Amino acid sequence: MNLFRSAWFERQRGLIDYSVANLGRRRGRNLGLFMAYTLLVFLLASVVLYGDALRREARQLLADAPELVVQRITAGRHDLLPDAWLEQLRGLRGVRAAEGRLWGYHYDPAAQANYTLLAPNDAPPAPGQIEIGAALARASGVAVGDVLSLRGFDGKPFAFNISRVFESESELASADLMRVNPADLRAFFGIEPGRYTDLALTVSNPSEVRKVAEKVLDRLPGARVIARDEMRRTYEAVFNWRQGVLLTFLSTIMLAFALLAWDKASGLSAEERREIGILKALGWDTGDVLRMKLWEGALLSVCAFLAGYVLAWLHVFYADAPLFTAVLKGWSVLYPQFSLAPQIDMAQMATLFFLTVLPYVAATLAPVWRAATLDPDEVMRE
Amino acid sequence: MAESIDSQKTQHRMPPVSSRRGSTLAGWALAAGSLALLLILLDSGRLAAVHEAELRQGQTRASLDRLTDPALFTEARYARHASQADRHAAFQDHPLALEHFPAGSLMPPPPP
Repeated sequence: MNLFRSAWFERQRGLIDYSVANLGRRRGRNLGLFMAYTLLVFLLASVVLYGDALRREARQLLADAPELVVQRITAGRHDLLPDAWLEQLRGLRGVRAAEGRLWGYHYDPAAQANYTLLAPNDAPPAPGQIEIGAALARASGVAVGDVLSLRGFDGKPFAFNISRVFESESELASADLMRVNPADLRAFFGIEPGRYTDLALTVSNPSEVRKVAEKVLDRLPGARVIARDEMRRTYEAVFNWRQGVLLTFLSTIMLAFALLAWDKASGLSAEERREIGILKALGWDTGDVLRMKLWEGALLSVCAFLAGYVLAWLHVFYADAPLFTAVLKGWSVLYPQFSLAPQIDMAQMATLFFLTVLPYVAATLAPVWRAATLDPDEVMRE
Repeated sequence: MAESIDSQKTQHRMPPVSSRRGSTLAGWALAAGSLALLLILLDSGRLAAVHEAELRQGQTRASLDRLTDPALFTEARYARHASQADRHAAFQDHPLALEHFPAGSLMPPPPP
């Protein structure tokens, strides 16, 4: 039997015809509702897509972060550690390599920005040279060959020659980064030789990271050990559904949606109730009225979902989410320019669909069912 | 003859029913939305490939310099390296102190 020629199909088409005509009769109201609904789905989907993509990005970016970072805590605060710690940890069983990291922050009053100064162990710049992030170069208006002057810990000016500006593609990792020679960094911050900001450990067997961390704490009780997994979890938490960035947006969006659904569920207008009464008096049964209203709600919400989701996708992955950049940027002077990679997640799409379409359709049907089960005469006289 | 002219006029005034049906309009709207969704999903492979090169640059930088955090929140020192900051760095005065920096309201203290 051909479905498209069946009586059932024709009946549904008839009901859809009526639903569309009904939507057209209250054009202004339904158009407003459609736009509000689309905006709601757009915001909700943008938040979820952006949060997911950012979390994925942070995870991939930190894939090669140090397996263990060891800090020294003095009186509850982070402190510089002696190189004796480095020697102690190098001899620890399970540790393949240990290296001291030298880095710190510098607030530049001229640019009103915080910089991260780092002295790498591998391929450091020559003394007097500096390599800077693209966001930093943009904000300070400097380029390769220029001289960057910064005030050291004792107020004396340090002049660095810019030898390299990092590729803008790596901005998410290097926006505010300044790579300098270790001797320059020590002189700039006044760090004595033989002291480090923290230590990075490479563990021979990745499954023994926790065990090695315990050994480090046994040997150095004044240390704080941070595992790579904890670094990742920090950013998982920041961009998680239930916390941080997403919660900030989601709470207001969900509240707006609850209001919309509540408004729908709280009742029909007198005109709508009279219409249902007339339809029933004309011979429509309760099932037909419900199906017609179901089509009306489903058409509106599915169209709004499609429009909202497509717009959200374009906003996040094609326009680089300008709505969220301002929020994430906060008061930062240096902010990386970056794009995010899309990943199709059917479960996420289905969750969004059920979260937005089903409550609305259900909220539409409840009052209609109440009106449709009443006597037509009673409904029309109300 | 007159009857035929009348019927022609009627046909002229009333286009075929199917082209005016609301269900056809609804079908087109849903098809257009679904097609747009399909197109952006199909294009995601291309976007991901373009992004892959960008990500690799960032990964290389992070790996070479042993970086621990993305440079997302540069406004405050404790927000810049969230994974390395003191657990309560953002709440130094007391646990419920109002945060100075906007980033502090977006970033909860790291999980224990």
